[in-house]
Amino acid sequence: MQTTGKKKLGVSGLLGKLVRQQMFIPLAALLLLALFNLIVDPGFFQVSLGYNNAGNPVLSGYLITILDYGSELAILAIGMTLVTAASGGQDISVGAAIAISGSVILRVLCGRDSRPETLQAPIIVAFLVACVVAMLFGAFNGALVAYFRIQPMVATLILYTAGRSIAAWINNNELPIISEPSFAYFGGYIPGIPVPTPFFLALICMIIIAIVLRMTNLRLYTQAVGINESSSRLNGLNPELIKVLSFVILGLCVAVAGLIKVSRLSTINYSVVAKDIEMDAILAVALGGNPLGGGKFNMTASIIGAYVIQFLTTTLYKLNVQSDALPAYKAVVVIVLVVLSAPTVKDYFAGLGKKLKSQSMSKEVG
Amino acid sequence: MFKKKLAVLLAATMVVASVVGCGGASQEAAAPAADAPAAEAEAPAAEEEAEAPAAEEEAPAADAAASGDLIKVGIINNDPNESGYRTANDKDMKETFTEENGFDASFAYSLKNDEQIAAAQKFIQDGVDYLLLSAADTAGWDSVLKDAQDAGVRVILFDRTIDADESLYEASIVSDMDAEGQTAVDWLASQGLDEYNIIHIQGVMGSAAQQGRTGALDKMVAENDNWNLVTQQTAEWNAEKAQQIVQSVIDAGTPFNVIYAENDDMAKGAVAALDAAGISHGVDKDVIIMGFDTNKWALEELQKGNWNYDGQCNPFQASYIKDIIETIQGGGTPSEKVVIMQEKGFDAKEITQEDVDTYGI
Repeated sequence: MQTTGKKKLGVSGLLGKLVRQQMFIPLAALLLLALFNLIVDPGFFQVSLGYNNAGNPVLSGYLITILDYGSELAILAIGMTLVTAASGGQDISVGAAIAISGSVILRVLCGRDSRPETLQAPIIVAFLVACVVAMLFGAFNGALVAYFRIQPMVATLILYTAGRSIAAWINNNELPIISEPSFAYFGGYIPGIPVPTPFFLALICMIIIAIVLRMTNLRLYTQAVGINESSSRLNGLNPELIKVLSFVILGLCVAVAGLIKVSRLSTINYSVVAKDIEMDAILAVALGGNPLGGGKFNMTASIIGAYVIQFLTTTLYKLNVQSDALPAYKAVVVIVLVVLSAPTVKDYFAGLGKKLKSQSMSKEVG
Repeated sequence: MFKKKLAVLLAATMVVASVVGCGGASQEAAAPAADAPAAEAEAPAAEEEAEAPAAEEEAPAADAAASGDLIKVGIINNDPNESGYRTANDKDMKETFTEENGFDASFAYSLKNDEQIAAAQKFIQDGVDYLLLSAADTAGWDSVLKDAQDAGVRVILFDRTIDADESLYEASIVSDMDAEGQTAVDWLASQGLDEYNIIHIQGVMGSAAQQGRTGALDKMVAENDNWNLVTQQTAEWNAEKAQQIVQSVIDAGTPFNVIYAENDDMAKGAVAALDAAGISHGVDKDVIIMGFDTNKWALEELQKGNWNYDGQCNPFQASYIKDIIETIQGGGTPSEKVVIMQEKGFDAKEITQEDVDTYGI
């Protein structure tokens, strides 16, 4: 919009301004991946309408797969962003907590029988119970961090280790299977709607968090606590409460993701469900350009970051990369991100930008 | 500053996670630690042997339990939540090695070889009489089993074999994974398709189950021009990963007519992807579905005709192990070093309700 006015400053100045935008990192990564796929195989972007085995119309294609699997990550990224901003650390127990909430959902739906003919309770009741349980575990993590002042990664290590065993214990170590077809809608498709349901669930979560951030002081308070805890206390905030709240909100996100996960296969496998998903969620926050040490955050950037990571995963699957080698590729992304955001590298680039600017200026003068 | 530390940690975790699969890390450094209690452990073991035959004469189990002179066994298994197979296996172990039967059993679970080796070292230090082992990975066990031998701990392998000298263990009760794979591949060959375009979903790389079930298929694909692998990927026994792998093949539009999944969970994940894409599967349909482990629910899928084949992998080794321990306690040696259990393969066209009840786990 202001391009004409800025032209005099030179391209480097404009580029510098663009690069400094927080949204630049995730969008640039997205663009890079899209461009790469376009060159390797334009068929990547093909989306076709077909019918699933239940006879309902469904869209299919790589982009839909990204939308589908990226959505659960986006939901988790919402909670993880708040936790990161408020506590300056990350929750690594997300995968285990998903196992717990998924297990709770199945337990409520199945009752005593691990393979019921009919559901023992409405799905919404099971989901609400799972929400409460997941929020309680979130509060547990939050309390350890806020009141006992344990480093978040260490505090959540407890649940990370114990969570999957708790999940197995909830169902007496049995593997329940739900035969009711309507339960599969949440991780699949609602009849008549060709877009995967997880996307709508993610959309609902995004709208709710957008409203909350706009209507309440959550953003301001969270950032204040994250930037400087003692000064926020002096200003009348309760930092402990804000931190616990952020973990409780993450718990809510976990419950939604848990519903999607168990719905996908209508069953659960305690030891592998949502395995290593916390790493992807944290990576989404980092990719969104949010400082991992807490403070300011950009929710939209995190959500885009989540879809970018799924974009990367899907691309790697498409290229037939061995699935057990995927974490190594993601590690490369982490390393690049960290190096780019390190103060020394930032200073170097800033210096380089200034040099370029002064050069072009001197040229204009000369 | 903090951010940097965290990120390095993050990166390290991810890299480690990807490397651990290869397992078999050298445990050389930890070995001397286990040497120390060797002498102590030897004494009780000798005592045990002298006493055991006497107890055997009259109601050995009750007698042993009453005197508090239990046989100490350390059981190292894979995580019981890994699959229905493992759950059944662990339950069988727990029901057999009870105090009533004269055993003092301790359990350790891990899907990772290095953690299992650490658990084995702990059991040896604790002075167990028997070490029962279902190894996550076939490699890397030599040094720790040598320690066990030096400490007078008798090792019995169950469920999975390892790459170690036979003298290092008393017996191994295993499924013949190669035979399982061969039975499955022979069945597939007998279907007489013109062309086999196979999606091959593998288990955790390096496990005996994965190697046996992969080996037979790989050989067949190499020997026959009309057998092709559309994709060969590990889903690490994980249904969700299997779903994503199959989804990726469907998105690419590559034709296929067989899904060869190395366990039932992964076959289920694959089928979920097919269902979502509207691809028919099962008896006389477009895609043949093959699984392993004969979970009850999987056999029910066979009955409904949604799947075509399921290979058995017998999880009930505990009674075999108990027999061997009793033989050794009685002063004898097991007649066979390697006990191979009987296993079947089920065809959806021939399966009966009786099969489901008998062999479903």
